[in-house]
Order: sequence, then structure tokens, then C-alpha cells
Amino acid sequence: MATSAAPRDFRENFSRHGFTWLDLAPFVLIVALYVLADSYVPLGTQIITMIIFALSLDLVLGYGGVESMGQAALYGAGAYAAGIFALRVSPEPILGILVAGVVGAIVALVTGPVVLRARGITLVMMTLAVATMMLELANAMQWLTGGADGLYGFEMKPLLGLFSFDLNGHTAYWYAAALFLIVFLVCKAIVNSPFGLTIRGIRENPVRMQLLGVPVLRRLIMLYAISGFFAGVAGGLSAQVTQIVALDSFSFILSGNVLVMLILGGTGSLNGAILGAILFVVVSDRAAAVSPFHWLFALGIGLILTVRYAPRGLVGLFQGRARDR
Amino acid sequence: MLKLLATNLSLLIDGISYGMVLFLISVGLTVTLGVMRVANLAHCGFAMVGGYVAFALTAQAGMGFIPALVIAILAVTALGLVLELTLYRWVYSTSQLGQILMTIGLAFVMVASVNLAFGSSTQAINVPSWLQGTWEGAAVTLSRYRAFIIAVGVAVGAVLWLGLEFTVFGAQLRAAVDNPRMARSIGINVPRVFAWTFALGCGLAALGGVIGTPILPLDPYYALRLLVPVLMVIAVGGLGSLTGSLGAALALGIIDTFGRYYVPAAGAFVIYLTVVIVLLLRPQGLFVRS
Repeated sequence: MATSAAPRDFRENFSRHGFTWLDLAPFVLIVALYVLADSYVPLGTQIITMIIFALSLDLVLGYGGVESMGQAALYGAGAYAAGIFALRVSPEPILGILVAGVVGAIVALVTGPVVLRARGITLVMMTLAVATMMLELANAMQWLTGGADGLYGFEMKPLLGLFSFDLNGHTAYWYAAALFLIVFLVCKAIVNSPFGLTIRGIRENPVRMQLLGVPVLRRLIMLYAISGFFAGVAGGLSAQVTQIVALDSFSFILSGNVLVMLILGGTGSLNGAILGAILFVVVSDRAAAVSPFHWLFALGIGLILTVRYAPRGLVGLFQGRARDR
Repeated sequence: MLKLLATNLSLLIDGISYGMVLFLISVGLTVTLGVMRVANLAHCGFAMVGGYVAFALTAQAGMGFIPALVIAILAVTALGLVLELTLYRWVYSTSQLGQILMTIGLAFVMVASVNLAFGSSTQAINVPSWLQGTWEGAAVTLSRYRAFIIAVGVAVGAVLWLGLEFTVFGAQLRAAVDNPRMARSIGINVPRVFAWTFALGCGLAALGGVIGTPILPLDPYYALRLLVPVLMVIAVGGLGSLTGSLGAALALGIIDTFGRYYVPAAGAFVIYLTVVIVLLLRPQGLFVRS
């Protein structure tokens, strides 16, 4: 009954996703927000964190075609790693963010061989189960994670020994922006590399790639680990900036939210992840404050309508219009 | 020695009744997944809606348990039928990722609606007096309600099997599953068969949702929380296999109950580890011939 989606334009699948002027836009926005709307800087930091998280999902889902419903497993692992590292080892932020990324990547490496072997609904179930397991684990290891109370009471050392994390969040903002720049450049490099092309090939036709001699599972695990690193960085950044880690870093709602951001913006183009995360966080910041459950209602309707009328997200809408002209 | 046996026996009964509830909720999904290839992640939402309808009828309208149960099943079957004929037409025509997203969107809508109507606190349906209490055996006490759940599960399993094997509708469904094109060619209205199958699956989920409330209490996040155990049943049982999901549901229910009792420190992990090992050894599920 279910027909598979019409294949995208063939050339588009393997075209280079090189740099365009559009790629400057988020960074212009970051500077503009700082200059024009100082009081929104903390929200800006939150948006940048979610952009990094959405980029990590875009790598596995948009480029690799892996339908992960449990990306929060990797984000939460990074968040707890950064928090525990700051509390018990060293409050050095840059070291901490690296630890967060590495722990995210390790969780992906450990779970990847099991999860990525599956396909379809089993894969969805596995990714969900991994995130649930991580949540239960964090809840059970109360001595380390603080359990349901959350992990708090850690402070960060000044960045590079120079800039302390101030109350109005300026240091955190530029720290997040710098991390975003690095992650974005690395993502660009990855998707344009031969490895990135291989991954896109696997998304389009895994059997054929296998027949061409590509070790499909190993490539997917590698991709998942890279994605885990970035998701871990996003989680670690959130932990360092807010100085609290709660159990809901692993929650299904978070995995769902980042999925919605990506779908809203459009998968497989990096720009979509950025656009989606900006829109989602801005709108949800307003709406969720009014009523979280009304927001969930609107989110559900929005998700259905997006898939129906804009299956390639907002970026797809813009591109479609540009081509028609 | 006798005490140990009694403990294990009552654990077994708890496990089987939990498994039966899982079976009732997941059987509709395994059919839609196996037959229509639709990843319907809103399925547990139908169980939740059924549970809340029965809760509203018993606790708020003062109706008896059995009439409320029947009305809840009929209401959810009707809801399933309506959605199948409308929203799910969109779901069928999109990619697999699109199906997942649309049905998650529907689940979000259900969660939000239930919360608006009933609030976010945990609810359970009151069990009628004739189902309360226990039967005392030599060393074992058997809860009447657990026995009721198991009896309902066995009855539903038997009716499903008989219905599939010996009725015209069952034959049409089997034909439509095996070869939808051929089934159409000989005049079977395949979309209608699928629509009814979908609706009946929703009704069964509602049955599970209603009678399962003592084990799986109702709250707005029920629809999302139950997704993992239900999907585990389906993955282990094999897509589209009725006996498979019965076996998997019972096995998971029993293993989970024993795991939580004997290794409380490991809590829920026993069941996850079991599922991971099973799926590593048999990626197609336990009960499907490869």
C-alpha cells in the first residue's frame, strides 16, 4: 500500500554541498542579535545549542537515511559527561566539551553496531530503546548523576583563562557561536568528502553500495559516531552554560523536538537544520511558556501538515520556488 | 521450598497478565505493520484514548465497568475507522520517515487532547467488585483481576485465530496480505479489508488499554511511554505474525516481571538486554521462519 517516496532529482543527490553566501546568514544573525537585542542573548545561546544538535541529527538522518528517534541518548550522554567532568575532574570548559563529544561518540560506537544493523521499524524501536535505557541508567546511578534531582553545583572556569562565564551570558554566547562555527565547517567538510558521498549513496541504495564493495555497516557506524560527537558537544554546551543537567536530556520529547526542527527546516542540507532549529526554539520559547500542552497539540498538527505539504521542509519550499522561476 | 514455588508461580501469573495486556495492545499494530507496511507510532494512543473513554464513563458518568469497556472499544474502533479513511490516506502515500513523523504528530495531538480533557495526573479505572479480591489456593493466591486479564487475552487470541482461519473476512485478509494485486483481481475490496483490519486493531488496543490500567496506569504520556515495550513485542515477534506477537508479548511480560523481582538493581535493563540479544541472533524476530 505504502508507496516509496519519489526519488529526488538524481543530480541533486550527489551534487556538492559547497559554500554559498547563504551560509554566512546564521553568523550575520548571531552578530546582529548581539548588537541589536542584547537581552535575547541567553535565548540565542539556546538556539545555537539546538542548531548543533540538529546538525548532528541531519548527518545521520538527512545524509545517512537512518531514522533515529533517540538522538537524545547521545545529547544526554554529552550533557552528563560535561557535568560530571566539571564536578569531579576539572572545570576547564574546552576540555569539558571535548570530553562531552568523546562520550557522545563512545555511546554511538557502542550502540551503533546493534542499532544500525536493524532497518525500518526495528531501527526506530532500537533507537528509542537506547534513549530509554540511558534515561533509566542515569536515574539508577544516583550517586553519579544526581538521579531525578538532576546534576548541579558545578562551575566553569573562565574560557581560555580569560573570559569568565558572566551572568548576562555574553561569554556563553560567543563560546557557543565559536563551537557552532567549528561544527558547521566540519559538517560541510564531511558531507563533501568522499566519505560523505558514500553515506549519501548508502541512503539512496544500501544494497547497491554493498555490492560496490562499500562496508555499509562500518560506514554507518562511523557516521553515527561522528554524529554522536556533535550531539555530545551540544549536550555538553547546554550543561556548561545552564550549569544543570536534568534527566530529560534523555527524554523522548527532546529526541522528538530535534526531529521536528530538522523536518521543519528540511533534511539533508545542513541549512535546513539551522533554519528549523532557529524557528523551532523561537516559537516554542513563546508558545511553551503559555501552555506546554497546547504547544504539543500545535506541534503535532504542524508535523502532519509539514510532512504532507512540505516534505522537504522550508528549505525545500524555497528551493522549489527558485527552480520554478 | 513451597514458598519459593508459590512466589515464582505468582510472579509467573503477573508476568502472563502483563504479557496479555501487551499482546492486546500490540496485535493491531503488528497486523498494520506487517500487512500495510505502515509504521503507525500513534497506535498506543488508541489504547490510551480507549482507557480514558472508559475512565470517563465509569468514574465521571457512573457507568458500570463492562458497558464502559464495550463503549470504549466501539468508540475507538470508530475513531480508528474514521482516521484510516481520512488522515491515514496521507500517511499511506508518504515515505517511511514521513509515516513515522505523521503518526508521531498524531500521537502528540492525542497526548495534548487527553491532557486538556483529563489533566496530567495518573488515573486508573475502578475495578468492579466482582473482579476484586483473590482466590486462595494451597500456597498460592490468585488475583481475580489477573485471572480475568488472562482469560480475556486467551479468548481474544482464540477468536482472532478462528476468525482468520474460518471466516470469509479472515480469508480475504490473508489473501490481501499474501498478494494484494491478485486479491484485487479476484474482486476483493482490499482497501476496505485493510480499513476494517486497522479499525479492529485499534479496538483491540482500546480493550488492552482499558483492562490493563491496574498494570499500566493512564496518564497523558501513556501513548509515548508504551511505544518502546510495544515495538519490542513486534520486533521480537516478527512483523505481521499473530502467534509471534502473542509469544513475544508473553515472553517479554514474564521476563520483565521476573527481572524486576530478582535483579531489582538492574530494574528494566534485563528486558532491554534480552531484546538486544534476541535481535542480534534473529534480526527478523523470534517467530518468523527465515
